[in-house]
Amino acid sequence: MLNFMLQLALLCITISMGILVYRVIKGPSIPDRVVALDAIGTNLICMIAVLSILLDTSMFLEVILLIGILSFTGTVAFSKFLEKGEIIENERDL
Amino acid sequence: MSMLHWSILLPFIAAFCIPFTGKIARKIHTGWFVLAIPVAIFIYLCTLLPKIKEHATLLESVSWIPSLDISFDAYVDGLGLLFAMLITGIGALVTLYSIFYMNKEKENLVNFYVFLLLFMGAMLGVVLSDNLIVLYTFWEFTSLSSFLLIGYWNNRKASRYGAQKSLLITFLGGLSMLGGFIALYVMGDTFSIRELISMAPELIQHPLFYFSMVLVLLGAFTKSAQFPFHIWLPDAMEAPTPVSAYLHSATMVKAGIYLVARLSPIFALSAEWVWVVGLVGIITLFWGSFNAIRQHDLKGILAFSTISQLGMIMSMLGMGAAALHYTGDSSKVYMAATAAAIFHLINHATFKGSLFMVVGIIDHETGTRDIRKLGGLMTFMPITFTIAAIGSFSMAGLPPFNGFLSKEMFFKSTLTMANADFLSLETWGILFPVIAWVASVFTFVYCMILFFKTFTGKAKLEQLPKKPHEAPIGMLISPIILVSLVIIWGLFPNMLAETIIEPAVAAIQPVLYAADPYHVHISMWHGLQPELWMTIGVVALGFILYKTYPNWTGIYKWMPTRYTLNNGYNKSLSWLDIGSNKLTRGYMNGNIRDYLIYIFGFTFIILLYMMWRLDAFTLNTTSVTPIGIYEVILAVILVTASIMILFAKSRLTSIILLGTVGYTVSLLFVLFRAPDLALTQFVIETVSTSLFLLCFYHLPKYKPKEKRVRFKVTNLIIALGVGVTMTLLALSSHSTKLFSSISEYYKQVTYKEAGGENMVNVILVDFRGLDTMFEITVLAIAAIGIYTMIKLRLERKGGAE
Repeated sequence: MLNFMLQLALLCITISMGILVYRVIKGPSIPDRVVALDAIGTNLICMIAVLSILLDTSMFLEVILLIGILSFTGTVAFSKFLEKGEIIENERDL
Repeated sequence: MSMLHWSILLPFIAAFCIPFTGKIARKIHTGWFVLAIPVAIFIYLCTLLPKIKEHATLLESVSWIPSLDISFDAYVDGLGLLFAMLITGIGALVTLYSIFYMNKEKENLVNFYVFLLLFMGAMLGVVLSDNLIVLYTFWEFTSLSSFLLIGYWNNRKASRYGAQKSLLITFLGGLSMLGGFIALYVMGDTFSIRELISMAPELIQHPLFYFSMVLVLLGAFTKSAQFPFHIWLPDAMEAPTPVSAYLHSATMVKAGIYLVARLSPIFALSAEWVWVVGLVGIITLFWGSFNAIRQHDLKGILAFSTISQLGMIMSMLGMGAAALHYTGDSSKVYMAATAAAIFHLINHATFKGSLFMVVGIIDHETGTRDIRKLGGLMTFMPITFTIAAIGSFSMAGLPPFNGFLSKEMFFKSTLTMANADFLSLETWGILFPVIAWVASVFTFVYCMILFFKTFTGKAKLEQLPKKPHEAPIGMLISPIILVSLVIIWGLFPNMLAETIIEPAVAAIQPVLYAADPYHVHISMWHGLQPELWMTIGVVALGFILYKTYPNWTGIYKWMPTRYTLNNGYNKSLSWLDIGSNKLTRGYMNGNIRDYLIYIFGFTFIILLYMMWRLDAFTLNTTSVTPIGIYEVILAVILVTASIMILFAKSRLTSIILLGTVGYTVSLLFVLFRAPDLALTQFVIETVSTSLFLLCFYHLPKYKPKEKRVRFKVTNLIIALGVGVTMTLLALSSHSTKLFSSISEYYKQVTYKEAGGENMVNVILVDFRGLDTMFEITVLAIAAIGIYTMIKLRLERKGGAE
């Protein structure tokens, strides 16, 4: 029963990811795409969590944390880029 | 090291020392130091003469590379001694001549004599070596030093051209000769010529026999300027005249003759040898004498005359080889041809050497060698005139000079060849005397032109750059010695017969000679034989042709210049140049895509071919785990993303799709239970995607129009080929597990031995930590590289501002 539920959950996550990928490709504006990518990251976290329950292992918890950090930094970096035109401000000119 | 070895090496040692003497003794001409060396070796060689006369031989061995069966074996028999004495004797005379010919102030004498000594030593090495590899080494030394000597006046274009030409042709032959030698080694398992000769009857059975024969003959023919490789010799006349006299008449060009004579005992058992050597020789004889007439340069005439005389010697060697196909008295008839070859070899060295020196004197004293400007020098240069008369009449084959005797012997050999009854000689053998006779007529004509056009007639003093006068006595000594030898050996030829010709014949045909000693007897008058009539015919027709020669030289214009051998050589050189250039430019087009096409194309074609050839494709599904639904989904995503990269409209899309592929792969890692890999893959994928984005952002603005990847059939084929090949390889390698994995060991000892529970990390830093260390190094190098690339560029920019 648990197994079936988990697989169902996985299916749902996959479907939502597919829809998000559609948004990434189609997305009329860049921010649309960035938000979609961020959501994909979150979905990935869920997916790995479900998978590690399925595989009955605790080895992938670091991966979950890592994806969380990566998707956060990625989104922040993109946002900064969209706002300022560059990610790391160089003080070369000083 | 024996005396013999030292005498071979002495010129090399002297060549090393010469630059020092030139600096120390400025007042004395360097040539005087050099002169002592050939004289010393010549005297030493003379002491060997009595031994050789008794048919004893001398063998001294010094091991050089024993593991490769290469030892420096110096071996003296009749043939080797004859050549060695020619080399040192004429070498001494040429050195003496060059002392007066080469100006001490104007010329770079050190170079000249170093090259000359190198050549002398190399030539001695060639004729006195018993080991094929040592012989080859010295052989290439002669080519090289000849190249240096021809290009001695390297500021002249013609010198450089001639040097290059002779180098290319003689090295071509030398290399093929090396191939022939190696084939001989494969056949006989020894490099020693004597041992190879002793097993000659077995060698002829070997499949490589004809292969090595052709290669060795190619070497001999290129070196001895045989048709069609004779073209380098006339261009080698750009060398200083002493060099022409020494290398290109008396010694180096006879190295090929020596080789043919030396290896005759091995190869002459085959009938083809008789034909090839005899026919090539006789064609060369004709072609050289035919072409000599059209020359205007005295040295040109002499060059073609050398070619023709070398052909004559070569053909006599071929005819002499026919003796092996007979027994008893009838074989002696052919052995006479070998004796004649040796005799003419000596004669040619004497008269051609003297003629070259005469031409050098004329050049030196009048400033020109053009026969059209010369004339009437008889009264100005009486001694030179006498020398030239003797030399050219001997070359033409007139009595009482030695050329007459050897020409008679030559005619006799050709006549016996015509009567031979093997190798279809009964039908074609008549060619030999006919061609020989015609060639001799031409020989007579050019000898007369050479002599009479230069010394008789009206003196054209206004055309000459210098006022002619007799040469200094020092310059005349050498040619006088040579022409006196011409007369002495012409009158008393049997002086040579027993001392040197017989041992040489014994060396060329050892088996025949051992069975039945052949006594050479040369007589001036042996009755009214057909060959005497032939000589009379030559003189008669030659005289008529000489008198009328301005009327018929038009025939030389019939031959179009397009089809000459020289033109062929030049054309083939430039064709090679242009062709290889075009070829290289054709495939090395600087386009990286094309190079990748070659690399991938060759890779998959070779791999597929090998798989097909070895029948390597196997498919074994017994060890395959069942495929789950998640793997299928991920695989579909992977394939879709990868295919979409190809059809992506913008670069941004492809980057994102590439990221998708990377993240899917890390999901696969999760699915296949590899947490460390998944972690690393996630991070690396993020970093590399952002790097791609960085690159994308900095693309230049001027070509902003993004294009879809263009479709090309070649690329499709290669991509499909590589993919299919790799799939097949992976499948079949997975299907053929030859032994079990070693991972069981790690599972057992990870905690016990290394005290860690994470097996991947324990392997990375403990069991196989060395790999990790160098991967760290790779990362460090990459980081430093990126840093320097950015930093250096910035600094240069800053410096420019």
